[in-house]
Amino acid sequence: MFTIINWIALFIALVTSVGLLLQRDWRWGIGLLAIQYLSLFWLVQTHWPVSMAAAKMVTGWMACVVLGMAKLNTDLTEETVASWPQGRLFRLFTAGIIMAATFALSLRASSWLGLSLPIAWGSLLLVGMGLLQLGISAEPFRVVLGLLTVLAGFEILYAGVESSTLVAALLSAVNLGLALTGAYFLNMRREEKE
Amino acid sequence: MSAPFLWIFLPLILAGLLMFLHNQKVIALIACIFTFVLTLAAWLLPIDTVLTIGTWSFKLTSSYEILGRHLVLASADQSLLALIYGSAIVWFAVAPAIKTARRLISLGLAITALLVAALAVEPFLYAALLIEMAVLISIPLLSAPGQRPGKGLVRFLIFQTLAMPFILFSGWLLAGVEANPGDLGLVQQAAILIGLGFSFLLAVFPFYSWIPLLTEESSPYTVGFILWMFPTVTLFFGLGFLDHYTWLRDAPTLGRVLTTVGLLMVVSSGLLAAFQRHLGRIMGYAVIMETGFSILTLSLGGTVGLKIFFMFFIPRTLSLVVWALALSILRKHSPSLILNDLKGLGRTWPYATSGLVLANLALAGMPLLAGFPPHQAIWEGLASKSISVVIWVLIGNLGLFFSAIRVMLTFAAAPEGANWESHETGAQRILLSIGFVALLLLGLFPQWVLPLWTKLPTIFTHLGQ
Repeated sequence: MFTIINWIALFIALVTSVGLLLQRDWRWGIGLLAIQYLSLFWLVQTHWPVSMAAAKMVTGWMACVVLGMAKLNTDLTEETVASWPQGRLFRLFTAGIIMAATFALSLRASSWLGLSLPIAWGSLLLVGMGLLQLGISAEPFRVVLGLLTVLAGFEILYAGVESSTLVAALLSAVNLGLALTGAYFLNMRREEKE
Repeated sequence: MSAPFLWIFLPLILAGLLMFLHNQKVIALIACIFTFVLTLAAWLLPIDTVLTIGTWSFKLTSSYEILGRHLVLASADQSLLALIYGSAIVWFAVAPAIKTARRLISLGLAITALLVAALAVEPFLYAALLIEMAVLISIPLLSAPGQRPGKGLVRFLIFQTLAMPFILFSGWLLAGVEANPGDLGLVQQAAILIGLGFSFLLAVFPFYSWIPLLTEESSPYTVGFILWMFPTVTLFFGLGFLDHYTWLRDAPTLGRVLTTVGLLMVVSSGLLAAFQRHLGRIMGYAVIMETGFSILTLSLGGTVGLKIFFMFFIPRTLSLVVWALALSILRKHSPSLILNDLKGLGRTWPYATSGLVLANLALAGMPLLAGFPPHQAIWEGLASKSISVVIWVLIGNLGLFFSAIRVMLTFAAAPEGANWESHETGAQRILLSIGFVALLLLGLFPQWVLPLWTKLPTIFTHLGQ
């Protein structure tokens, strides 16, 4: 039963991370990120107590709220600062490559780290998609979404090997800090427009 | 009271309180007195020893437990604490002269405290998380209010954040290596992850593109502080790695890897600095070169390398403070920091322009200036291993030297009949003059800081012996 839910969580991670890459509306972006933290919660709770995994999810949602509030207050039309081609087809193609590469990598990683395949793949997939997001966009809001995705992927993998409360607390602080940084970037742009 | 409370939590609390103050001079005064007291305490107060004054007894414990882990500042760390907080005084004392005290001091003090916590946390691999928190705090410091975040700032955030997972994950692998040192595959994987983590953290070639961008787009003084603080603490953190893991310290390829990386940084940054037209970018490349030199000192190995590593510390701090101060003054009063816009400024801003050129020359290893003794030591150390490496290092130094000459010629290109004036404020003149004298005196009498070079290596139990 739990194995099936692990695969469902992986599917959610896949859909949300690809969605984050394809969508251009910030509301969708934040919504998808919030759902992504749901899959993070499930994949982390296989190794950690539910309460600690839930803390990660709540931190993620808080980060989404911070970013959402900041975006609402800025009320700016999004500018695309691209460092790579921006077509949806291109993004889908690169996302496909990342999916294939992380699947191949996760087959080895799961046996090496002693994790089940959906957890290893889910983690590496989020890291890969986050890195792709960082690579194709130079817009600060997108960069912060990319960094949060990379960290979410890393946290799934790291939960399998480390269960320190201090690390969990510091990682939560880093996630929130990144969201606040994103909010600060957005606020800077508003001041500039004014 | 515990040592971590004194040197980590108290500065954090004060940093928070200073944010509520508005007067730049008051903020600077409070911060300078406080950091001076911390420096003095690091120098004089014994840790884990009962101190009795009359009927009153007092003990500063070395450890502080937090969420099941420990922050530990032992007596061996005291000289390092004195050095970090002592240098912070210099940065904070100068800040009001260019009206950056309010943001720099409160956030700078918090960054310093977090980075000290990074050096104190046990297991020490968790330092990556604390460094990341310091990075996040430094974002408001580096971004000018009302301006769109530049490429350099965004890249700084990305690269420093990406370092954290590599370091944390390598920690898990390193525990496996310690348990099973014969597993060469595991050793290789751990080494690759550590290498990548430190490449991002230290902005090693080719991950240093954000440094010149950041020095171009942000306030030179705050960037100077960040580019002094982060590489310094990261290098200490790296030394902690080398000190802690015998297999890493004794790896036969370590020296070669460090030499190659250091050389790439010194040569590429030196050559690129020679062709820059923006003064901020030149400072950025000089910082990259300094990191390269620090890595080269570590490639020498043993206590000799470690002593030269610490020899660089004070000249680098002084040169960067003078350079960043001079650059900030010029930035406020000229349309841009592009060479074409700065022609003939030597006549109207003599202190700032001379300070900038002197600091540039000092970091290029010019004889009679503070940077020369450590540069001479590293040239000598590298020459005993390979002449070709020294030739390449000298090419890098020449690049930075050439950039100083170009800048000097630009400042001197005043129209005929232009009068000599000084537009700097009194405080700026005094601070820059102190900087010139210090740069010259440390070049002429390097033995004055000799006790520091001999004492600091003992922080590292294995490397320093």
